[in-house]
Amino acid sequence: MKQIQLVIFVCMKNGKHLNTLAQLRKGEKGIIDSFTDVEVSLKLLEMGCLPGEMIQVKNIAPLGDPIAIAVGGYTLGLRKAEASAVVIRPA
Amino acid sequence: MEKETKLKVALIGNPNCGKSTLFNVLTGLNQSTANFPGATVDKKIGSAKIRNSSGKNISVDFIDLPGAYSLNAKSLDEKIAVELLTDKNNPDYPDLTLFVADASNLKRSLFLATQIIDFKIPLVIGLNMMDVVEKRGMEIDTELLSKKLGLKIIPISARAETGIEELKMAIVSANEVSSKEIFYNEIPSEKDDAQQTIERYRIITEIISGCQKIKSKKDEEVFSSRTDKILTHRVWGYVIFLFVLFLIFESVFVIASYPMQWIETLFIFFSQWGAEHLPKGEFSDLLVNGVFAGLSGIVVFIPQIALLFFFIAILEDTGYMARVSFIMDKVMRKFGLNGRSVIPLLSGVACAVPAIMSTRTISNWKERLITIMVTPLMSCSARLPVYTLLIALVVPAKKVFGFFNMQGVVLMFMYLIGFLAAIGSAYAMKYLIKSKERSFFIMELPPYRSPRWKSVGLMIIDRVKVFLFDAGKVIIAISIVLWFLASHAPGNRFEEIEKKYESQDISRIASEKLEASYAGILGKFIEPAIKPLGFDWKAGIALVASFAAREVFVGTMATIYSVGDETNSKSIREKMHAEINPKTEKPRYTFAVGFSLMLFYAFAMQCMSTLAVVYRETKKMKWPVIQFIYMGVLAYVASFVAYNLFK
Repeated sequence: MKQIQLVIFVCMKNGKHLNTLAQLRKGEKGIIDSFTDVEVSLKLLEMGCLPGEMIQVKNIAPLGDPIAIAVGGYTLGLRKAEASAVVIRPA
Repeated sequence: MEKETKLKVALIGNPNCGKSTLFNVLTGLNQSTANFPGATVDKKIGSAKIRNSSGKNISVDFIDLPGAYSLNAKSLDEKIAVELLTDKNNPDYPDLTLFVADASNLKRSLFLATQIIDFKIPLVIGLNMMDVVEKRGMEIDTELLSKKLGLKIIPISARAETGIEELKMAIVSANEVSSKEIFYNEIPSEKDDAQQTIERYRIITEIISGCQKIKSKKDEEVFSSRTDKILTHRVWGYVIFLFVLFLIFESVFVIASYPMQWIETLFIFFSQWGAEHLPKGEFSDLLVNGVFAGLSGIVVFIPQIALLFFFIAILEDTGYMARVSFIMDKVMRKFGLNGRSVIPLLSGVACAVPAIMSTRTISNWKERLITIMVTPLMSCSARLPVYTLLIALVVPAKKVFGFFNMQGVVLMFMYLIGFLAAIGSAYAMKYLIKSKERSFFIMELPPYRSPRWKSVGLMIIDRVKVFLFDAGKVIIAISIVLWFLASHAPGNRFEEIEKKYESQDISRIASEKLEASYAGILGKFIEPAIKPLGFDWKAGIALVASFAAREVFVGTMATIYSVGDETNSKSIREKMHAEINPKTEKPRYTFAVGFSLMLFYAFAMQCMSTLAVVYRETKKMKWPVIQFIYMGVLAYVASFVAYNLFK
């Protein structure tokens, strides 16, 4: 089974250095910029993870994966593989 | 007599929005569970009588739909909601939709609500969790919001039960479709799904701007964060989880043992009374040794089942279950499962039937299928009676480390072994089942809340009812059949035995009669197959009967050991304890036999209802058949090894 596994994703946009959600450490904040995966983006968008929305990594599961993020006033758990499809710009 | 009007109202909302709490508040004990036609999803219907403004009584049927985030119909749950709301010919097509919105998460709630508005179904919004919003120092102008959306919005708190009367009035008086068509018209349909979603959220943000005011900022998340720090800690998280499980099993065994003793005593009293006072004859015999013996085998387990569901309901209600999924996802993934598989697996401890139904939240087919295939290995409440009886029979009630009850420890071990077998089988299936579909784990972690005792109570009543009536019917029927098989024999065998002993040795006659009966013949027939496992023909009869449902075992043993016992002065445990193996002259139920029997029940697929549900959920005969075979092989091998090891 092929799965997008923690591809370390660094992209350049408007000359700024951009990370993915998977790279944020516990407590760090960021603003959702865009998605690199259609399937993941649809699921996250429905739940209110919209571009421009501020997110914060609240917790990381004991084994390093999944992570819990604060978004739109609630807490969402997701895997690092999914988080790596969320491009973040600095808050 | 005024004419009664019937109103069908569908309840819909996001998961964790308090929909079930509201459903319970609105309908109380008037609930029933049925299936949606053509689907396996449980349909909860509750009814209520509401007096409208002109004093007319209107009876309302509430249908509780599964929680969903959108109507894009990706998961099975969402599909059911969409099918119901779009098909006017559906017998359950509602007259009105009651949308339960989470005021503390207004934007996301309105996403689904506006989709429903687009379906042109009359809609009333119950804006729930208003107390939470207030605590957060926020204010929502419901009147303005109501005007903007063009429908009735009633602020409520299902937990605190405020605003319920107003909501009821709105339900019986509202029946107009929202006049606004803003959403569909403003979202260009040629855009792709992602753009449509963003567009819809943009419109919602516009609508709620000006409706939401922040008075004072308070960080109410502190409690949840602090609790998460401990409950999802790398060490303590798992230690606490194991301790919680252990606590549940100890209390299920220890606390429940008191009411169980009272029930046992009561039944012994009644059957003695029956044996003394009822006129002798076939019918009294059937009543006392057939029906009554079977009945005692069911009623006695109500305390344990009630306690187990008490704990499961609390774990789900407080939000702890979601955390368990969160900390277990990475481990579960290694075994071909998903963090969401934890909830079905843990619910499997209660009953595999609802547990298998709850796998619908797993969107990946392979992970869902594996969860379905291994969930019946989790020790369900139907095995509990079997374990209880056998543990009490072969394990001494000693204290371990001066604190833990040895019997509780063995019980915990049985549950552990079921769990290990489940994840072991899952690991094997991970390599056997092929799939290209991607796996996801995207799950809301709701804030911690204190359990709602009313919901917990209603869940216990619901599950006990299901056990008592659904399982009870089967058990009583099998008990009667068994009584007949055990008290009748081909030809005049019974008369010959009676002549042989000339009524001197009553217990000897009874046991020889049982051996000569139809049941005895059946048991003897399969004895060669089960002898290597340490079972005699009496256990063989129970084993055959148990293939309908496991809990039949105890009732069957009770019936088998009651037949011929004229006085009925002992409990089934005492009777089995006194049973002597004619070859060794020692008690029949040694630790090896008891343990082997427990292992057989732990692994074998002895539940018709589960097989039926697996068929319905997988839509193929293949899976229940595979499940039946692999679990049967596992059971036979495990029992064989255990018996020969401990013999």
